[in-house]
Amino acid sequence: MSKTNRRQFITKAGALMGAMLAAGIVSGSAYAADFATAKVNTTKLAVTDTTVKVGILHSSTGTMAISETGSIQAEKLAIAQINAMGGVLGRKIEVVQEDGASDWPTFAEKSKKLLEKDKVAAVFGCWTSASRKAVLPVFEKDNGLLFYPTFYEGLEQSKNVFYTGQEATQQILAGLDWIAKEKKAKTFYLIGSDYIWPRTSMKIARKHIEQHLGGKVVGEEYIALGDTQFGSVINKIKLKKPDVIYAAVVGGSNVAWFKQLNAAGLNSKKQNMLTISVTEDEVLGIGGENLEGFYSAMKYFQSLKNANNEKFVAEFKKMWGPKAVIGDVTQAAYLGPWLWKAAVERAGSFDVDKAVAALPGYEFKEAPEGYVKVDSNHHLESKLRVGKWLANGQAEVVYESDLIKPDPFPKGYQ
Amino acid sequence: MFDYSMAEIGNIVVMQAFSGLSLFSVLLLMALGLAIIFGQMGVINMAHGEFMAIGAYTTVFLSRVAETYGIVNYYFLFAIVAAFIVAFIIGYIVEFALIRHLYKRPLDTLLATWGLSLVMQQIFRSTFGAKEVSAVLPEWLMGSFQPTPDIDIPINGVFVLVLAAVVTLGVFLFMFRSRWGLRVRATVQNRVMAGAVGINTKKVDRVTFALGCGIAGVAGAAFTTIASTGPTTGSLYIVDSFMVVVFGGAASVLGTIASAFGIAQAQSILQFFMTSSMGKVATLMVIVGILMMRPEGLFASKVRK
Repeated sequence: MSKTNRRQFITKAGALMGAMLAAGIVSGSAYAADFATAKVNTTKLAVTDTTVKVGILHSSTGTMAISETGSIQAEKLAIAQINAMGGVLGRKIEVVQEDGASDWPTFAEKSKKLLEKDKVAAVFGCWTSASRKAVLPVFEKDNGLLFYPTFYEGLEQSKNVFYTGQEATQQILAGLDWIAKEKKAKTFYLIGSDYIWPRTSMKIARKHIEQHLGGKVVGEEYIALGDTQFGSVINKIKLKKPDVIYAAVVGGSNVAWFKQLNAAGLNSKKQNMLTISVTEDEVLGIGGENLEGFYSAMKYFQSLKNANNEKFVAEFKKMWGPKAVIGDVTQAAYLGPWLWKAAVERAGSFDVDKAVAALPGYEFKEAPEGYVKVDSNHHLESKLRVGKWLANGQAEVVYESDLIKPDPFPKGYQ
Repeated sequence: MFDYSMAEIGNIVVMQAFSGLSLFSVLLLMALGLAIIFGQMGVINMAHGEFMAIGAYTTVFLSRVAETYGIVNYYFLFAIVAAFIVAFIIGYIVEFALIRHLYKRPLDTLLATWGLSLVMQQIFRSTFGAKEVSAVLPEWLMGSFQPTPDIDIPINGVFVLVLAAVVTLGVFLFMFRSRWGLRVRATVQNRVMAGAVGINTKKVDRVTFALGCGIAGVAGAAFTTIASTGPTTGSLYIVDSFMVVVFGGAASVLGTIASAFGIAQAQSILQFFMTSSMGKVATLMVIVGILMMRPEGLFASKVRK
């Protein structure tokens, strides 16, 4: 390259950069200029005059990838939409994505990297309770901010975490009330996978059935994770003839459970079942024909009819393909970036302490699930819906509760 | 138990007996391929579950194809054959590329095949996606057979049972009634002598390994009728497979059958009277107890050491 050419190149590049800067000042950054970086970021987070870094920490490999992929997609969609609107306090969001690889120590290590090396202003991530418990000490020590999307067993509340899914009582109580009334159910058979979430949930369900509904639990059963043989369990159910099977079976076992139930003649014509572990994501694997007529208790179904949701579903499919389905957790994950944006804008600062203090009380009316409100206990006030599964893999919402206040430490249920 | 009528108890006994048989056929199908590879060749194949997954994915893929052409009712038997062929070919390649270099180092085959299983899982994940998928089943495989209004016998269970019987019979004919089986048995008993009488022992190894993998593929295809298929499906089956083979006595196909039957019946009955997870625990305790008394497994091979 000759001398002149190089000089021309530098001049051109300089002009281009100047133009870009000028354009920046004129458009998006006019807003950012109102919030000087030194003022909105006093804790040395990765915030510049034009950008802010956030982390996404889910498993994109390993066993949990099947569940967490939807959350990653929803979070990326929300961030893309926020950026298209001009970002947060005039700053575009940059994503640092880490893979927890379905391994809990890896989650802890990666969260440490995100907080200490990348200095991200917030992290959207985790799916299983085990991964959340693994990262919790890191977030509390480094004073990070985590938005956690999954419905979970409750019994937790941290200054550094906002829980955008339901805690156990929000998902369980109203659903049981509904089916007890609707189907005049008196006897219940509880079945779940053998780990903390189903066990805690069933404990709450049993207390509610026995103390508040005047019903009877005729069987309680836990299946080892990954077990695919339900023959004996199904025979026990046939012998006890419960009015309702209340199920929280997860993962690969879930598919085997529904397939075998159908093969054994226990379909929705003969047996009522309410599950708290089947969303549209799971239906893909189970097959709508095996689920038809059974019920799920969730706060969100893809088929919800409201303007927010129709827009959300359309944009999700536009970004991730027409075959994409949206389950309860995917929607909850989508709320994370929006709630963080609201927190930062209400605080006028990216500082974690200020953002955390500003968020409770916030009402998010554009949520696909409809209205939600952030409670002072960092969970969301939301509704519960019961969906009846159709053969095409979508649910018909047959019941919608009033808004339910979150209660992560329910008295009388522990 | 006594607040039920005799008829109800009778129905449950019938269905419970079938559920034990059904579990037996599942365990047998899982373990047969492994019994051939581990029993006849001494290779600890940790990627056995992934070969099942290959069979399952082949079936899922063919079911998609069948769906587009509207021939869902007919493809399944063909899919089982295809699953066998695909798994056989991949097994053949794996033996050539990896296993044959490690015959004299049994512990290294364990590590190498475990590594292979991780690689295969990630390949499944990148190719077919992380989500679990299900094959579309033909109508005749779904639902239940009802001899009386209160007894339901799952048809997919009957199908797996019949398939397990056919495959086992096939393995027996192959091992004890064919020239190939003769060569395999000769190689196992005395490799040097077998070589001396003109048997190509390397080729025997390759075909034996590939055959074991092919049977795993058939098992995978059959399991699409009872469960879904995901990248890590194979790892769910590997522990049970080894349990059956080790408990049965490594070198004996008959032992594998007896062991699968014993474990299935014990587990199925115990799970009925206890909770599901306790039933499994109790079964494992019994197995550990028996293995302490008979370390060689149920049917110890009478080969001079």
